[in-house]
Amino acid sequence: MARTPADLVGADPDPPFEITMDGRTVTALPGQSVAAALWAAGILAWRTTRNGGRPRGAFCGIGQCYDCLATINGEPNRRACLVPARPGDAITTQEGHGRAGLGV
Amino acid sequence: MPVSVSEPYDLAVIGAGPAGLAGAVTAAEHGLTVALLDASDQVGGQFYRTPDPELRAARPEALHHDWAAFADLRARQRSGNGITHLAGHRVWTVTRGGGGTWAVHAVTGADGAGERPVCVPARALLVATGSYERQLPFPGWTLPGVVGAGGAQAMLKSGLVLPGIGAPSARAGRRARGRIVVAGSGPLLLAVASSLAAAGAKVPAVVEAAGYLRYARHPRALATNAHKMVEAVVHGSALLRHGVRLRARSAVTAVHGTGRVEAVTVSRLDRDWRPVPGTDRRIACDALAVGHGLTPQIELAVTLGCATRTTADGTSALVLDGFQETSVPGVWAAGETGGVGGARLARVEGELAAIAIAARLGGRPGPAGSGRVARLRRARSRMRSFADAMAAAHAPGSGWPTWLAGDTDVCRCEEVTAGTIREAVDDLGARDARTVKLLTRAGMGWCQGRMCGSAVSCLAAAGGAAPAPPGERRPFAEPVPLGVLASLDPPDEDRP
Repeated sequence: MARTPADLVGADPDPPFEITMDGRTVTALPGQSVAAALWAAGILAWRTTRNGGRPRGAFCGIGQCYDCLATINGEPNRRACLVPARPGDAITTQEGHGRAGLGV
Repeated sequence: MPVSVSEPYDLAVIGAGPAGLAGAVTAAEHGLTVALLDASDQVGGQFYRTPDPELRAARPEALHHDWAAFADLRARQRSGNGITHLAGHRVWTVTRGGGGTWAVHAVTGADGAGERPVCVPARALLVATGSYERQLPFPGWTLPGVVGAGGAQAMLKSGLVLPGIGAPSARAGRRARGRIVVAGSGPLLLAVASSLAAAGAKVPAVVEAAGYLRYARHPRALATNAHKMVEAVVHGSALLRHGVRLRARSAVTAVHGTGRVEAVTVSRLDRDWRPVPGTDRRIACDALAVGHGLTPQIELAVTLGCATRTTADGTSALVLDGFQETSVPGVWAAGETGGVGGARLARVEGELAAIAIAARLGGRPGPAGSGRVARLRRARSRMRSFADAMAAAHAPGSGWPTWLAGDTDVCRCEEVTAGTIREAVDDLGARDARTVKLLTRAGMGWCQGRMCGSAVSCLAAAGGAAPAPPGERRPFAEPVPLGVLASLDPPDEDRP
């Protein structure tokens, strides 16, 4: 029986809205975190590590591991698994510590 | 300046999961004023993580076990007088306030980012902060698509999403997407796998490092905890129905893929969790949900000086007396903070703690020897014995570090490899996690060792000593903006 998580719990949210990930449009459901919206779009990575430049996304899912840090509307180091997605949010891949623009 | 309430609450409960909710409700029913602080906007904790109200889920119970007990507690919390639910409050420290009270410091906002600082005074504390997942590293575990088993379930329960689903890869057709291998050790794996399968994922295998026969060494604990057996049967039959294969005494020892998970290697393990040569099997998948049991989240209590003990699976938990009080008078704890034991035990302990707190604040020497108290204590002791048997069965075997390659990252935040840590141990003489940290920066990053602490202390003990649990003493349990620190009053009340 093929079903989705939303089918399973009988979800009936308001219509989805749009956010962007590095300029690509992604739809999010009202009530989803930024990380959940990205997962729903099949996006698993939105950060690169400081030393190796390797891709990372959500790992612990509950705000403990900090692997899901993203730059959200220009603000770096937000925990994407905790921050609710809002219409028009612009998520950008966070490179390293996310403050390259500050020269620190 | 922190927002303060001038009159202290009788009780501050930190954490609104099964233990904290039961404690808050019971305390309020005993006439106490209660502040219930929790990081989430909703009560329930990680176990009863519900879809956000905006997702309007008609059947949230479809993703939960024992929902009726939670629904009862939530109804009593909502209708009860005396409980102030401080949702979205991330507690970062607790200090001694004036006149024998405690000061609970929190920041607000989804991830505590630069928002309003709050200080809640209270005469007693109930620490019900639960646990987070313990992770053991292996080659490839930092690849996107590898997620915590509990994390996969948490994201499913609250956001209705599955990891690795929805990405049309060039090679995989639509039918092939959404395969999630579940691996690690502990009873949570069965619950996670059955949730993922029910929600539409294809689970090619559940890979459990321990052997289930180890439970048979504790016949009495099994016989007196029939509900746990029922749970296992419920999850087990759900897995059978979904055609999920359970591989015990096996582990995922490598993840393959470029950019994201494409397959895993599963190896048979010997009794010490060493891979048996020639048993490797490759399983194609789109995500791996992995976890090796749970770690009590006890930073706040440890900062206050509460004594800890090492549990049967090598984690640290708080030392508690017969009525849930820690070694620091006036601080009680319940649920996973006293040792991982599940939601039902957490509810019993929360209730017991609240009765004891009400007695203490009411000036009575101890909780009345009522039938209710006796019943709660019997239930607690019965379920603790099962928790001990479970912890012993799933304790990591000494051979798991043989899964590591020299270039495997152990510390995810600081990208410290197993090779670097071994060098610190073998060549530089480090014998404990703290020395390894000083020499390599392992555990010094954003998560402050929450993800790598267990692994680092085990590698540090490679010289032969039993691994000491990682020290959880951290100045802050949450990141706080400097402005919040600057606005704190100096703690002058208790100075000599």
